[in-house]
Amino acid sequence: MEEIVLETQNLTVYYNGRPAIEGISLRIPRRRITAIIGPSGCGKSTLLRCFNRMNDLIPSARVTGRVLFEGVDLYGPDVDVVEVRRRIGMVFQKPNPFPKSIYENVAFGPRIQGIRDRRKLDEIVERCLRAAALWDEVKDKLHQNALTLSGGQQQRLCIARALATEPEVLLMDEPASALDPIATMKIEDLMRELAREYTIVIVTHNMQQAARVSDYTAFMLAGEDRVGRLIEFGPTQQIFTRPRDRRTEDYITGRFG
Amino acid sequence: MERRQRREIAGKVFEAVALTATVFGLVVLAMLLFDVARRGLGVLSWSFFTRYPSRFPEQAGIRSALLGTVWVMALTALFSVPVGVAAAIYLEEYAPRNRLTRFIELNINNLAGVPSIIYGLLGLELFVRGLKLERSVLAGALTLSLLILPILIAASREALRAVPMSLREAAFALGATRWQVIRHQVLPLALPGILTGMILALSRAIGETAPLITIGALTFIAFDPKGPLDKFTVLPIQIFNWVSRPQAGFHARAAGAILVLLAVLLSMNGLAIYLRYRLQRRYQW
Ligand SMILES: Nc1ncnc2c1ncn2[C@@H]1O[C@H](COP(=O)(O)OP(=O)(O)OP(=O)(O)O)[C@@H](O)[C@H]1O
Ligand SMILES: [Mg+2]
Repeated sequence: MEEIVLETQNLTVYYNGRPAIEGISLRIPRRRITAIIGPSGCGKSTLLRCFNRMNDLIPSARVTGRVLFEGVDLYGPDVDVVEVRRRIGMVFQKPNPFPKSIYENVAFGPRIQGIRDRRKLDEIVERCLRAAALWDEVKDKLHQNALTLSGGQQQRLCIARALATEPEVLLMDEPASALDPIATMKIEDLMRELAREYTIVIVTHNMQQAARVSDYTAFMLAGEDRVGRLIEFGPTQQIFTRPRDRRTEDYITGRFG
Repeated sequence: MERRQRREIAGKVFEAVALTATVFGLVVLAMLLFDVARRGLGVLSWSFFTRYPSRFPEQAGIRSALLGTVWVMALTALFSVPVGVAAAIYLEEYAPRNRLTRFIELNINNLAGVPSIIYGLLGLELFVRGLKLERSVLAGALTLSLLILPILIAASREALRAVPMSLREAAFALGATRWQVIRHQVLPLALPGILTGMILALSRAIGETAPLITIGALTFIAFDPKGPLDKFTVLPIQIFNWVSRPQAGFHARAAGAILVLLAVLLSMNGLAIYLRYRLQRRYQW
């Protein structure tokens, strides 16, 4: 039996009073890669953004139901959002490094937590860049602007930056969709590597990618009413070979979506 | 076929009209500049800058007016920039999108269109009489601060809005507080735009005459303003005064002072362009 890190209970998210996802109940196991798949607009990003409360930044969004992190409701009254986001990191679809040096990008998280010691920061930067498989490519130009890196390198820098706050969970919203196949492969290898230590939740459009990298897969679908629901959740192997739901089968065999 | 020809002719005609208008504008401007330079260059000498105004045109200088302008501008920048930038940060980064916010925004935009003499009347009531600041540098600077605040706020908001949302999200996702996001990511990127807006707003203030005359700035000051509570005059008022005298000698002095004012303005704008270029290169994204 897997140990559960994140759990949603009857989670519903509204934008402007209209539900975008509804009644999602899902359990995310520790140190595994969980993929969220489904057609565009079914609410994958919306669900993912509940896990680190990024939906708070959208004024029209409202969340009901519960999201438990280590048993504590993230939307509870005493929860410190800043702390939540430090412990649950996020990597976005489009690489979004700060227009600063490579070093400063990685050091930002530790710095705002109050780490000033230069040697400590140097150590964190190197460790995170190594963990993100980027160190060898950038070790001679740490003080160069991050925007001079290629797209794939920028995305790995964003992963390194997310790791620098020492999160327990890494949320990734289509982290490879803007990258070419070789850069994508590097990110996927990296994810397998990171899954030894971190819990990873990845949103992807790419079914092969979900099949290749993930341990568990959640399939979401928006019905006629355009409200996204969880159709099926299970070990990736099972979802891709013996789906229980017809709609899952139709989707993974490419019959719609 | 015929319709296309007609469209092409209409396009050509419009192009010609637009070109004529542009050339006309530039020619008029050049003529004005040339005329001012022809009449004013002769009076530009060291003593023109070091002498106080005088009854005798040959002896009159802009010392007190130039110092007054520097004093008023420095204080105006000191008051208006922090308030303007803070207001812009509040409206862009903190304010909830509700009716009160929209009401405030609408009114700030309206204030930008109020004639400057109205600000003069406001300053007269509020600062000169209300706060009993008399006809001081301080009263003048506060009045001009009110005048340029809407411009400053609009320019700063523009600059803040130009910072991509994805960078704010990236910083928030790393556990930054709202203030840390603003302080470390948003402000550095918005700074070139804010500085440009600041300098453009100040160059609006530096040429203002009406509100300062309204609050009672004097035209004849034969001493240096030494503090915020001293009486003062500024370059545009001095120019206005000299132009309205009958003697040709004063007209030449006025032209000289206009050249000085133009030089100050041009260097301020040059500085804005330079800062924008420098900072933008530093924070390219
Ligand atoms: N900020 C928002 N305001 C209003 N509606 C939104 C907002 N963000 C998303 N939505 C709506 O919520 C639904 C789900 O959007 P979401 O971005 O979560 O889908 P997605 O599965 O991630 O799609 P994609 O695969 O295209 O990224 C969509 O109908 C979308 O229009
Ligand atoms: Mg999405």
